[in-house]
Amino acid sequence: MTMLRLRWPAVAAAATLFLAGCGGGGADVQQADKPPGAVSQADIDKAMQTPTELTFWTWVPDIQNEVALFEKKYPAINVNVVNAGQGEPQYTKLRTALRAGSGAPDVVQIEFQYIPTFTITDSLLDLRPYGAEALKDQFVDWTWSQVTGRNGEVWGIPQDTGPMGMLYRKDIFDKHGIQPPKTWDEFAAAARKLHAADPEVYITNLASNQNGAWMGLAWQAGSKPFQMTAADQIRVNANDAASKKLANYWGGLVQEGVVATDPDFTDQWYQALNQGKYATWLTAAWGPVFLSSNAEATSGKWRAAPLPQWTAGENNAGNWGGSTSAVIKTTKNPIAAAKFAEFLNTDPESTRMMAIEQFLFPPTKALLADESFVEQKPEFYGGQQVNEVFARISDTVSTDFGWPPFMDQTVSDWDETVGKSLADKTDVVAGLDQWQQRITSYAESQGFKVAQ
Amino acid sequence: MSVTTAPRARRASARRAAAGYLFIAPFMVVFVAMLVVPLLYAGYLSLFREQLIGGTTFVGLDNYVRALTDERLLGGVLRVAEFFLIQVPLMLLLGLLFALALDSGMLWLSRFIRLGIFVPYAVPSVVAALMWGYLYGPEFGPIAQLAGTLGLPAPNLLGGDLMLGSLANIVTWEFAGYNMIILYAALRAIPSELYEAAAVDGAGAWRTAWSVKIPALRPALMMALIFSVIGSFQLFNEPQLMQRLAPNVIDNAYTPNLYAYSLAFTSQDLNYAAAVSFLLGVVIVVVSYTVQLAITRRRT
Repeated sequence: MTMLRLRWPAVAAAATLFLAGCGGGGADVQQADKPPGAVSQADIDKAMQTPTELTFWTWVPDIQNEVALFEKKYPAINVNVVNAGQGEPQYTKLRTALRAGSGAPDVVQIEFQYIPTFTITDSLLDLRPYGAEALKDQFVDWTWSQVTGRNGEVWGIPQDTGPMGMLYRKDIFDKHGIQPPKTWDEFAAAARKLHAADPEVYITNLASNQNGAWMGLAWQAGSKPFQMTAADQIRVNANDAASKKLANYWGGLVQEGVVATDPDFTDQWYQALNQGKYATWLTAAWGPVFLSSNAEATSGKWRAAPLPQWTAGENNAGNWGGSTSAVIKTTKNPIAAAKFAEFLNTDPESTRMMAIEQFLFPPTKALLADESFVEQKPEFYGGQQVNEVFARISDTVSTDFGWPPFMDQTVSDWDETVGKSLADKTDVVAGLDQWQQRITSYAESQGFKVAQ
Repeated sequence: MSVTTAPRARRASARRAAAGYLFIAPFMVVFVAMLVVPLLYAGYLSLFREQLIGGTTFVGLDNYVRALTDERLLGGVLRVAEFFLIQVPLMLLLGLLFALALDSGMLWLSRFIRLGIFVPYAVPSVVAALMWGYLYGPEFGPIAQLAGTLGLPAPNLLGGDLMLGSLANIVTWEFAGYNMIILYAALRAIPSELYEAAAVDGAGAWRTAWSVKIPALRPALMMALIFSVIGSFQLFNEPQLMQRLAPNVIDNAYTPNLYAYSLAFTSQDLNYAAAVSFLLGVVIVVVSYTVQLAITRRRT
């Protein structure tokens, strides 16, 4: 069908009419590329009452509870939850299934930064015909811009987010008479002071294997590394001025030896957090809960604050992590799948459950203003309203940061260039230039037209 | 009489041949379906190039040309070659020593020791790599802490200089016991008359080991060596798992297998990955054959 339509529009139109006459596939064909024809409410009602099996790939623990809410509301629809791995392992399986042409799920959890990787292969369903545009106002602006395609498509519904802030050890700062830094200059001064006073302690750990944190910091600094300018054109600016500023800053601190670069989420790193080797963790909104269950020994000693700023008085943040629910284009039940993705992430009960029970940091404006969420006072942070800190940070994330359509390769190249220069304490700006070069040559080898 | 028996014999032998084919059929079916067909398919894939923009085109041997000049691939091959030259002799020597010691019958608790040396082979390599990763930990690992208490500088076993050695240590730990079992079994098969003859000639335990046992082990050693060639050049599990602990030391082209994997699953370049795998296969065949040739020539 697709082939036909591409070559002979007239034939395709005839085929469309023919299919529409037959019923069933008609709606599908129309949505594919023309301005989205909305699915009628009658069609939606009918689909939601037809016995349907949906498969949902996700790695959120206990999401069965939210799924049960959906199944209760729509008893005809049965959702099979499958954990196909977290992040990259799941994407690998998903790609294999898509290639094989069978075994792909209907709905899938995809992180924000991987959406373009799956839209370039035309694997995701545009959710506009199913009323997704109407949901826009419920979500924080930048989260919606992250799921919005170049032509206004809606590629997924935001599930959770990770606006970045700074978790710091109040006890360590107090001991050395350091105020929580408000600017990166203050942060650098504190880094030197702290390490000089106690060589066992580093102000922070900028993990040499953590592209996610780096991208979040670049986002804050105002870098625009990737922009798709046309379907086959990408602008790669991984070493733009803002990124170079970032590389210079961190490269300098690392070479001075006042910032650690240990790989994160390893035994070594967990132990270092527990033993107070790092005085801060520059992390995302999902960090506080994660930390409290992985560094119990330090309970009560941590506090949260926004990231230090490049210019005093500014208020900027970036994002690290967070996911969406997307619908795979090959689904046989697009209506039910789209409505499931919508329900999961907009139904008040479902979203509250995700925020309170699974500790996913919410992308919806309603929850970020919800007292029962923002006014929680965890002991681990000495009773500080940590959620409120991050809820405010969430509003300071800019909306115009984009991702490349080959995220896996970009991350892997980062590890071998920028990450390696951090670990080896060599010139990080040179590493950045190398990264730019690698991304460019990969993009070209994949047939993209690359501009700077 | 001869007229009647000949066809009957022929019929019987034909029936026997058919039975033979029947017996190997289950193997052949699985062999063809799971090995030959995928291999041919990979060969077919390696002749194309698929791009995110532009789709699939036939490119002939372009992928192979690219692979032969790919510095990252060559670097990986050289690295595993170095690994092979250092690790394999060490591992086989250890296996041989253990086998001879067990076979000498002079060890106490020999069954227990035999089991103890063999057990690492039964530990899944994933578990082994994780365990060693913990032991190697540069700050909180036991080796580093021991060095710390003794006032010595802790060696960075996960650093760029020592990583290959650290990997070699894991692989040796895993497979020395396996090789010991092969060699030990071969030793047990040596007819006792040879030992008696050696004893009559006045040979002691060392002399017997050197002049009787080791020459008799040659075929078994040969087999262990060929297995080790293949194992070394296909090194994958251990570096892949250690990559998490030392992501900037072990890059995606650290070994050729790791490179092929990352080409296929990170770079989405299945076609080039297939070409790289084929070339790696050729390298292994060449090295195996060279090793075999070198050893058999020395014997004659």
